[in-house]
Amino acid sequence: MTDGHVLEDKSHFRGVWVFLEQRTGGLRDVSTQLIGEGRRLADLRGMPLTGILPGHRVDALAEHAIGYGLDRVLVVDDPILEIYRSRPYSAVMAQLIRRYKPEIVLFGASKNGRDLGGRLHAILETGLAADCVKFDIDAEGNLDMIRPSFGGKSLAHILCKKHRPQMASVRRNVFVAPPHHPGRRGEIVHEAIAISAKDVDATLLEFQEFTKEGGLRPEEADIVVSGGYGLGDPKNFTMLQDFADRLGGAIAASRKAVDSGWVPKMLQVGQTGMTVRPKLYIAVGISGAVQHLAGMQESEKILVINIDPKAPLFEIADYGIVGDLFEIVPEMIRQLDELKAGGVAALRALPAKAR
Amino acid sequence: MSVSAPAVRPMRIIVCIKQVPKAQELQVDPVTQTLKRVGVPSEINPPDANALEIALTLKDRHGAEVVVLSMGPTSFDESLERAVAMGADRSVLLTDRILGGSDTVPTAYALSETIQKIGGYDLILCGEETTDASTGHVGPGIAGHLDLPQLTYVSEVRLADGKVRARRTAEDGTEWWETAMPSLCTVNFGCNKPRSPTLTGKVRVKRGGVVVHWSCADVGIDPKKVGLLNSPTIVAKVDTVKLPPREGRIFTGEAKEAVRALLEALIRDKVIAP
Repeated sequence: MTDGHVLEDKSHFRGVWVFLEQRTGGLRDVSTQLIGEGRRLADLRGMPLTGILPGHRVDALAEHAIGYGLDRVLVVDDPILEIYRSRPYSAVMAQLIRRYKPEIVLFGASKNGRDLGGRLHAILETGLAADCVKFDIDAEGNLDMIRPSFGGKSLAHILCKKHRPQMASVRRNVFVAPPHHPGRRGEIVHEAIAISAKDVDATLLEFQEFTKEGGLRPEEADIVVSGGYGLGDPKNFTMLQDFADRLGGAIAASRKAVDSGWVPKMLQVGQTGMTVRPKLYIAVGISGAVQHLAGMQESEKILVINIDPKAPLFEIADYGIVGDLFEIVPEMIRQLDELKAGGVAALRALPAKAR
Repeated sequence: MSVSAPAVRPMRIIVCIKQVPKAQELQVDPVTQTLKRVGVPSEINPPDANALEIALTLKDRHGAEVVVLSMGPTSFDESLERAVAMGADRSVLLTDRILGGSDTVPTAYALSETIQKIGGYDLILCGEETTDASTGHVGPGIAGHLDLPQLTYVSEVRLADGKVRARRTAEDGTEWWETAMPSLCTVNFGCNKPRSPTLTGKVRVKRGGVVVHWSCADVGIDPKKVGLLNSPTIVAKVDTVKLPPREGRIFTGEAKEAVRALLEALIRDKVIAP
């Protein structure tokens, strides 16, 4: 876009864009969440909010997306765009950005959003801030892109002052999705973008959807029971699953547990994994490296079970038990079963010493 | 799968690595609430070590020259030497003061130019992101600069019929993709167990000459496109995060009693329903 050159005049870059990412015929959560934040930024700048929707036969989806607060959707319809592929999607985005010159472009920090943003920012030679958690507009009208720096113990304010567009990615569940108003009016513009079969440089041979075994995904659960290196063995995650089942929760894991090959990467909470903000996060045998905190410190309540009273995670705990997880967790399961059988009366009847 | 035609030269795999402070060693200063970086030992960025392991596995299986590339100060030699000791053939460090403060745009540009200078590559591997900056932008940025096919977040790479097949982990499932070569893959953190340096490898490092230093001028990198001043983004300021105060109610004593007291508290506070 800027071809690496500093822009003397940025005034012809106008509007806020949100890349609309699809997930089996619908919009990905992070995209609807971004429409809400994009609306706020567009209003602050007094500019329109546009959704960008590359895909195939996606007019109904574009119509639906407007209901979340968009003024306009640019649809690029091509069979090549039916599934996400790096090259055709980045070619489409680069051409649209060159054509319309938006001031701000927001992406979900999903795998595809990052894949796209990373390629695109190098093609356009403009700034991209990853994993932002907050936005502001500074006194000069620049987008203040606020992201956790190393492990989430501090927040860095990133500015892209001399290049346009200003691009940023945001993880799922950082913003709350706005309400949907089916009656909202907006414009749907079909854009003709030259892409051809030679832009298809990767072929999807096989797709195996993750099974929802054990019920919930950690990002969707109200209660997350997360296991760390302290579990000592992959088979102990079965115990954790039993525990989570009693609470209607989902299991997750620390990097070290994933790194040890005990549970799949998709369950990893933390800087290189997912961000969760459940009502209750239960950390079992996790000492709490800063990278782990980055993925869970926004949880409403945190319960820490660890044998080491000096485990850093206790510092941010609402509740904690210092003790052997192999005694505590089975005891929790036992008492939860008792409660279920006997109701609250059973609990009240017991003397509570350690309150 | 047919047998590949005999290659004129061995396949060349370039692995991009960064040296980062050892993640597990990082502690937060309880007084200043900032990270204590002084005296923290360094390591190969862990996802990059996973990328290197994939390269070395491909070398074991198909025969390949593995070239490790990094950009940074000469202290990065430590990680490049380790990579050679693990089994890489040689390494290149792009090192120049004018690169200081580069964000992901100049970094992707400078690495792309260096990759071009190395030349003859069939596959480029990067880690999915670094554990210190954590953007994941440089790998796709290199692919964008070099106009290569890219596959991100892969855990397994196979080569067949002159093509790359890679298993990618997305939010909703596992995908197998195929691209022509040359192409670039970014590798998932923790997808394999990086091997240890071998005795032969250590001897090679000891003999010296396994790291080549190139300056921007050596590579032909435009000084007006790198460094802090030529980076689109700047860090305007850094705020310390003040986490909301937590109650910190610790229950101790015998498991049975501690658990009972905890469950009572959780139910009373309406955190869980009985």
